[in-house]
Amino acid sequence: MIGQHLEISVLAILILTLSALGIAFTPLSFLLMVILPYAAFVIFIGGFIYRVVKWAKAPVPFRITTTCGQQSSLPWIKSAPLESPSTVWGVIGRMALEVFLFRSLFRNTDVAIVGQRPVYGSAKWLWFFGLLFHWSMLVIVLRHLRFFIEPIAPWIKGLSAIDGFFEIGVPTLYLSDLTVLAGLTFLFLRRMAVPRLRYISLVTDYFALLLLLGIVTTGLLMKHFFPADLLHVKNLALGWVTFAPAAPKGVGTVFYIHLSFVFTLFVWFPFSKLMHMGGIFLSPTRNLANDNRMKRHLNPWNAPVKVHTYEEYEDEFREKMKLAGLPLEKE
Amino acid sequence: MASAKTPKPDELIAIRYAPPETPWMETPTVFRPGTWSYSGGAKSLTALGLPNPRAWQPSDADWKLPENWKEIILEGMRERLEKYRSFRLFMELCVRCGACADKCHFYIGSGDPKNMPVLRAELLRSVYRRYFTASGKRFGKLAGARDLTIDVLKEWFYYFYQCTECRRCSVFCPYGIDQAEITMMGRELLNLVGCNINWVMEPVANCFRTGNHLGIQPGGVKDMLEFMADDIADRTGVRVELPLNKKGADILFVTPSGDYFADPGTYTCMGYMMLFHEIGLNYTFSTYASDGGNFGLFTSHEMIKRLNAKIYAEAKRLGVKWILGGECGHMWRVLHQYMETMNGPADFLEEPVSPITGTRFENARSTKMVHIAEFTADLIRNGKLKLDPSRNDAYRVTFHDSCNPARAMGLFEEPRYIIQHACNHFHEMAEDTIREKTLCCGGGAGLGNDENMEMRMRGGMPRAMAVKQVKEKHGVNRLACMCAIDRATLTSLMDYWVPGVTVTGVHELLANALVMKGEKERTTDLRGEPLEGKAADETL
Repeated sequence: MIGQHLEISVLAILILTLSALGIAFTPLSFLLMVILPYAAFVIFIGGFIYRVVKWAKAPVPFRITTTCGQQSSLPWIKSAPLESPSTVWGVIGRMALEVFLFRSLFRNTDVAIVGQRPVYGSAKWLWFFGLLFHWSMLVIVLRHLRFFIEPIAPWIKGLSAIDGFFEIGVPTLYLSDLTVLAGLTFLFLRRMAVPRLRYISLVTDYFALLLLLGIVTTGLLMKHFFPADLLHVKNLALGWVTFAPAAPKGVGTVFYIHLSFVFTLFVWFPFSKLMHMGGIFLSPTRNLANDNRMKRHLNPWNAPVKVHTYEEYEDEFREKMKLAGLPLEKE
Repeated sequence: MASAKTPKPDELIAIRYAPPETPWMETPTVFRPGTWSYSGGAKSLTALGLPNPRAWQPSDADWKLPENWKEIILEGMRERLEKYRSFRLFMELCVRCGACADKCHFYIGSGDPKNMPVLRAELLRSVYRRYFTASGKRFGKLAGARDLTIDVLKEWFYYFYQCTECRRCSVFCPYGIDQAEITMMGRELLNLVGCNINWVMEPVANCFRTGNHLGIQPGGVKDMLEFMADDIADRTGVRVELPLNKKGADILFVTPSGDYFADPGTYTCMGYMMLFHEIGLNYTFSTYASDGGNFGLFTSHEMIKRLNAKIYAEAKRLGVKWILGGECGHMWRVLHQYMETMNGPADFLEEPVSPITGTRFENARSTKMVHIAEFTADLIRNGKLKLDPSRNDAYRVTFHDSCNPARAMGLFEEPRYIIQHACNHFHEMAEDTIREKTLCCGGGAGLGNDENMEMRMRGGMPRAMAVKQVKEKHGVNRLACMCAIDRATLTSLMDYWVPGVTVTGVHELLANALVMKGEKERTTDLRGEPLEGKAADETL
């Protein structure tokens, strides 16, 4: 079963690739170029919103912040406004650190029993490659906007220029293409190589990585080995955004595979673990201030419960309380 | 049921972190003696009106569940998914990155992969997927989903009662997924069909009836406090007053009942009484609100509320201005994160102001309950206490951050400030084992019972080894903490892993150092042990 999860993911990717090839050489390519983009986009946006709204609609009955630093208490004690925020700004700062820099993952350590004692070592690789992958992916997505906007916005040009700063090879090899590959490869190998990770991994865990690797690889192939006609690609993309899509000729087989992978990602994304992208913002241990005793938090479904009142208590223990000389409400 | 023999430390430390050959869904749960807790007694369940009271044990083949147990659990899940965003998110958000895996003290101490927080959560998530997601319904195991069976329920029981709800994993999780929250949900679900442990249920039943977990009745509370007052008089020559259920007091003092029941908690309690006497605080203990501790936290949200209600009710009845809380861990999670939401608003109380220093406790302005460490640190800061730290010179002290004050409050500096003013020798443990990264005592969340001893020693091992390190390096012989469960469980843990280290509350250290008006020359500490230097002087 452990091996199976990986095998099934690989199989799924192969089937996707073959289907893409099948489409490329049949009239079905019309479907891929004209119908699917809209369907995938609608499912992605709709699904994403659906998931986030579903989470957001669930109430937060208690303020269960995880505090990772000194609370704000006495004025002369230095508090940790980003690790244990007591204000909205502190929470925004804490969330920004989580979202942009993966603050919590940066704490990562590993443990080994050395000399009959657990020893904690620094383990920042997951943080490093995780961050590398996510930022690279963002840069790549932004760079791709060049296909959808005419004239190309200066900031996209600027970003691409920085990304291709080292001007290695012709056409220029983008730094983000290398780093995204490095990040994904690390995450994939780590999942396969670390026994306990392999033990917990599901099909979806491998599939996510393989699909992204597939997208990146086909992208690189198109750029450096089987060049796609970028003008055709751009016309296709502009056709989509102007609602005048037309199936182009001569964009190459690899492009079909690339596109199939991307649409698969779009359709699958809202129903997968990749929704952590939206969910992180709603996590109650992170996005709530540690101001519990300063402001009352309201629970919308706070219901009365059966309690043991003082009157009932005194009724039961009156004689004993009298004997012990304790004051009573009723003699 | 014979109590299991706990393996020797050098056997227990031989831990392998390699997962078994069989996939986790196909690895059966074995209820090995020493690693689980006895079932909740029928009497307690009946007293509380909880479902399915009966005689059973987790090691039985037949758990005597109601016929429709499966529907009850699934309906319970559905209800909680709608009521708690945390639950829904934590069922769906995890990417299985494994950052939490080796952060759990039970995993570090046992090597059992189902003690990795991620996998402990998957025990529940797999059932969630099977019944509440389209992919799980359709693809089953391939989507990480599985049917809810008796074996799954037993597995839940075994592992949700091998989690101390310490929240260490949630510090490291990139999405803040908190296994404590998942364990709490898991235990709530188990409670719906009457699967719980006696070390939680009996205290809960006691607490509901008598106001404290130990079931001490009003006269008993008074006796114990009087006994302590006698001890104080004996050690210091000062007779402290004993306000109980006193109307017109400024402050209601609520502490965990462990503090007036057993050593070493009693010394901490003596510490509070000496402190309050010395500063002339107009306060009162209560026999009705005689426990701030709340094992409801280890049962269900409803039970937290049922047990917590007495605190505000008693404050109102006695007409106090505000409430002060003693040294306790999980009690403070409840007071800080649940109390006012559940049983507030506390609009009948005043914003807490220290009658001694005039300091306004802004951080407690709504809940109106102040932590004793905040209160005392403020006294010291304002020079209101005369302290002679040399009276603690026999002790080389280290401080254990208790899970809940650390990760559910952020109370780090106040106790350290007090210790540093009360002792001359204070040494921190390794950075990865203190503050927000603190390691659990291994016996929190109701697991501190004797039948579970092997698991406690395993779970407490990382904490113990950090103590051992400062013992070897700095000669540490005192482990200070601010939690009643710690004071009980760390004591056994030290005896097992680090003999020679004793456990103390922070206010015991403070009271040792506290120079009181009219006191006799002290020759012993609160425990009656000779002060360093004094014994030697006498022999000269």
